[in-house]
Amino acid sequence: MLGKDLLGLLDTPAEDIMLILDTAVGMKKLLTQNLKKLPHLQGRTVTTLFYENSTRTRCSFELAAKYLGAGTVNISASSSSVQKGETLIDTGKTLDAMKNDVIVIRHPMGGAPRLLAKNVKASVINGGDGMNEHPTQALLDFYTMREKFGSFKGLKVAILGDIKHSRVAKSNLFGLTKLGAEVTMYSPATLMPQGIDKMGAKIARSREEALAGANVVMGLRIQLERMHGGLFPSLSEYAKYYGVSEEHLKYADKDCIVMHPGPVNRGVEFTTAVIDGENSEINEQVLNGVAVRMALLFLLCKNKQGGENA
Amino acid sequence: MAEERILMDAAAIGRTLTRLSHEVVEKNKGTDGLCLLGVKRRGEIVAKRVCALIKKSYGEEIPCAGIDIGMYRDDLVSGYFVPDAEANRPGFAIDGKKVVLCDDVLHTGRTVRAAIEAIFDLGRPASVRLLVLVDRGGRQMPVCADLVGKNIPTSSSEFIDVRFEEIEGEDSLGIRRAE
Repeated sequence: MLGKDLLGLLDTPAEDIMLILDTAVGMKKLLTQNLKKLPHLQGRTVTTLFYENSTRTRCSFELAAKYLGAGTVNISASSSSVQKGETLIDTGKTLDAMKNDVIVIRHPMGGAPRLLAKNVKASVINGGDGMNEHPTQALLDFYTMREKFGSFKGLKVAILGDIKHSRVAKSNLFGLTKLGAEVTMYSPATLMPQGIDKMGAKIARSREEALAGANVVMGLRIQLERMHGGLFPSLSEYAKYYGVSEEHLKYADKDCIVMHPGPVNRGVEFTTAVIDGENSEINEQVLNGVAVRMALLFLLCKNKQGGENA
Repeated sequence: MAEERILMDAAAIGRTLTRLSHEVVEKNKGTDGLCLLGVKRRGEIVAKRVCALIKKSYGEEIPCAGIDIGMYRDDLVSGYFVPDAEANRPGFAIDGKKVVLCDDVLHTGRTVRAAIEAIFDLGRPASVRLLVLVDRGGRQMPVCADLVGKNIPTSSSEFIDVRFEEIEGEDSLGIRRAE
């Protein structure tokens, strides 16, 4: 069963993933009826500690915590003691001293959540670490897939875009292979990390091959902020050779769903027609994100009933 | 399963509900300002039956709805579960109404406590009275019913099973011992 933290899906067993998804079903049922007042985290505090920008992940976690009755605190690195040189561990210990219960951390360095988790009593949830993992995004992706298709066995998932810089791609790959889905990836060679095929991904040689018969078409944002030039000539050229339009979508299964973790670069990864098209689950993903994060907070705090700061 | 003894058959339940429907109107001195709220799912059936009986006898259609108490249970945290609840939308205003809260069996009183909380999230009623088909005793809350179909004192090792036409296809009420 789920331990103190959720740091990544690489070391999360399939049973734990399914437990989170199952719990999220009940949460989503309440959310869709606008029932947003559960008492399970009353008297607890959830802190979002973000060393990188975010809209939906932070907001989603904060709302999830509030709907469960927790108090929330938001720390942005740009306006905190981090600017004065405080280390990550010291920041974590400060939060512990204030009797904080859960830390959701986003950090530009892969592994930062693990370092923090080892040094604090609070539960640590990885809200995205560098190019490593973004487990809650992958969990909400799984929730969306399961809601649509019922099971992961043999599900064909095509992931297109900036795989190299994408923590979403990695968490999806680690989780989906455990759950029995087939993951195919496609991107410019410069944006395909070496050795990803050894981790269970199939690398497509063309856009058409990647999309052929796909049940899920997932686009990933081109992360210009992590690139230091030279990886591809221009966004418009990327869009032309790697972007997905309605025409390209015809290669995929006719009942396929289109997913994107956001934020979307309209006209780059997907054309606007695809983003707003009838196969698109992009907005549903956002709702599912709140339900999945509620489920995760619910489960992590379950193990700590009654314990002080632990 | 232990052997069950039938305490009320369909005719007995029918007679009791008929009496309760008259008592609702008698206590209220008419049907003005009344509304019925039944605790889902069997209490809702009790409320609907009483509502239909009042209409038959007095020709008045009293507002009637089910109320889901899932979000208001007192064991959500101690039992640590996600309630399977519906949002309450009775379709009429509760403010100033004389609410008759209906349920099938009154036991610990915890459901009633939760239902009162649910009612007050909908508005401020003038009063809340409690109508139950069966009072089996065993209260853990300071609650008592205003209108009782049948008093059946039971021990905690006994089960009362209420079956309704709408769910089980027959009206009957039985008691059995735990294994």
